[in-house]
Amino acid sequence: MKFTKDVSKGQEGFQKLPEKLILKHARVIDPGQNLDDVLDIYLVNGVIERVEKIDPLNFDGEVLDLDGKLVSPGWMDMHVHLREPGREDEETIKSGSLTAANGGFTALCCMPDTMPAIDTQEIILYIKDRARGSLVEVHPIGAITKKREGLELAEILDLVEQGAVAISDDTVPVMSAEIMRRALEYSRMAGIPVVAFEEDTTMTSSSYMNEGYTSTCLGLEGIPSVAEEIMIARDIMLTEYSGSRLHIAHISTRKGVELVRQAKAQGIAVTAEVTPHHIALTEESVRSFDTNTKVRPPLRTGEDVEALLEGLRDGTIDAIASDHSPHAWEEKASEYIYAPFGVIGLETALGISVGELVHKKVLDIAGLITKYAINPYRILGLPYPAIMKGHLANLSIFDLDAEWKFDPARSLSKSSNSPFVGRRLKGKPFAVINNRQYFRSIL
Amino acid sequence: MLKSRHLLGLDGMEKPEIELLLNTARSFREILDRPIKRVPTLQGKTVVNLFYEPSTRTRISFELAEKRMSADIVNFSAGTSSVKKGESLIDTVKNIEAMKIDMVVVRHSSPGAAHLLSQVLDANIINAGDGGHEHPTQALLDMMTIRERFGNLAKLTIGLIGDISHSRVALSNIFGLKAMGARVLVCGPSTLIPRGIERLGVEVFHNIDEVIPQVDVLNILRLQLERQKSGLFPSLREYHNFFGITRERLERAEKPILIMHPGPMNRGLEISSHVADSEHSVILEQVTNGIALRMAVLYLLAGGKSEIH
Repeated sequence: MKFTKDVSKGQEGFQKLPEKLILKHARVIDPGQNLDDVLDIYLVNGVIERVEKIDPLNFDGEVLDLDGKLVSPGWMDMHVHLREPGREDEETIKSGSLTAANGGFTALCCMPDTMPAIDTQEIILYIKDRARGSLVEVHPIGAITKKREGLELAEILDLVEQGAVAISDDTVPVMSAEIMRRALEYSRMAGIPVVAFEEDTTMTSSSYMNEGYTSTCLGLEGIPSVAEEIMIARDIMLTEYSGSRLHIAHISTRKGVELVRQAKAQGIAVTAEVTPHHIALTEESVRSFDTNTKVRPPLRTGEDVEALLEGLRDGTIDAIASDHSPHAWEEKASEYIYAPFGVIGLETALGISVGELVHKKVLDIAGLITKYAINPYRILGLPYPAIMKGHLANLSIFDLDAEWKFDPARSLSKSSNSPFVGRRLKGKPFAVINNRQYFRSIL
Repeated sequence: MLKSRHLLGLDGMEKPEIELLLNTARSFREILDRPIKRVPTLQGKTVVNLFYEPSTRTRISFELAEKRMSADIVNFSAGTSSVKKGESLIDTVKNIEAMKIDMVVVRHSSPGAAHLLSQVLDANIINAGDGGHEHPTQALLDMMTIRERFGNLAKLTIGLIGDISHSRVALSNIFGLKAMGARVLVCGPSTLIPRGIERLGVEVFHNIDEVIPQVDVLNILRLQLERQKSGLFPSLREYHNFFGITRERLERAEKPILIMHPGPMNRGLEISSHVADSEHSVILEQVTNGIALRMAVLYLLAGGKSEIH
């Protein structure tokens, strides 16, 4: 009996990393060192030995010809929902990590909306244990409040001590300004940012898409952009007041970008990320009633997309993250109003980003790499994986010009709720190397 | 012939198709006045009435239309509560289709529900109301009723009064009436007028007394009482005082105005009894026309070529 989708096949992607390996003829780009050149990278036992023009005759290692490919510091997706513990039918730590590797990532941050939530050190330890030895590094984000209920602070210092890289109540906001203020103040001690899901939920009960002309035409109740913007404004003010660090998750509106731009100009420690689907799609795609257009924040207008692109261009938006949200097929195959919010994105993030940003000249390739491989680490206060002699090789290798279509049968996620199935993409993950492992993408 | 195998909504439907539906309905209207109100047109066809939302008028109207056409009928009603824990909509309809049926009339609280069924079933789908999205047969029967009185829709001004934000009747009427070239005014509290509605080519008013002198027809929408609870307007009393259609308001109009209501009415709230029962009201004619119009829809979707007889 054959199944079209078998998660165990991800193992095929793993290939033994030779003791001595030369990555040849690759265009090596590391914006952190202003490096952009066709070079060879010589790895010994997974550690970078040399990065330069090497005469292969002088070395006895295996050769991987990467002519036409790009080698970048390993990419991080700083916004992923792994569903373990609790909904292992939708994604596990293992399947999600494989999916990330397949999509060209060597690291991810997992959000705390598991069941139970990541609100105690035991859950952090559990995740760390499950991810041990993985090519893809899994960085847990702890909850801001116990059970993500917005009422009492979680044990933030404990969470950080065990390895939480940030705190967030993601998929819900902290509605109480008092709790948010205290979370910002308290997290300052731990030196981590608060990742904020920005939506005033008093304005958005029973709503399903962006509010505006299209929601009016479709009779779907709207999530107004102002519900996001007033929370961004509030949290920027609280961040300034408490002298802490704020990271705004999946920003989606024009005025939201403007608020972050102004805050940065005033020196307030705020950063922001955007998702690939928010730059590649607008609310118009909801007209299909395809439940894979149902995301939170909702797909916005073309004008908002323009502002997001400008925000990426001028540095207002620091990072791109997929908000990978796996959902069971039967939950998405329902009426629009009953379907859960969210789409998977780990395997299409690179293709969408290269296509929409690099080929459309919003960012140059170094700019895009900065949004995925450098800024997420900087936001979390971690060193980015520079391509440098003596470092463990942590590399994302991809093809800028390869054209392909996303086929869920080649996905390693346990879910297939993507809005990009069948879409023509330009820019494709090729392989990743990290932790002395090599994974060749099977997309 | 209609372009689509389904009637999901009037958004995007063009004038010739609407005219075909209205003309066909006019032919069927005559059957309803015969002593034997039955034609064999749909003999051997099976129609399923799938109602996931309570409905009296629309369900009975469809059922009678189907019976007048000699179709076999199956009725299925489900409380919305069973949707979440019970069988999924797709499973339910695929099971029903496996019993070899030809057409599905669906009423559901989710916008897009009829659209979803059209993607998973081979049967013809008729949207009998999908949440706040569309209710195409209601808008068609409204247009049929207006056309009976005035002939051409293109020269008329129609006022839609009340909760435009949550009304599938309003939205389908706007799509249909604009396609037919009518001028459409919408009037209601600013909290019940959805954003961007003017881009559909309608004019927005908040003062009913500015609307009355301009219109040939007032189509008065039912006010859902729970909207007041969710903070969209302060009280039923204030709503009635500012937006209720009363004899006193209408008496100030220079010419007679056709009064319509899709039902069920909240008498004394959006419409006064005097107005509802007056000689200007065609509310019961709407109901009668609804059967003829639904017969026309069933006939054309089943492959009927054009206006019958």
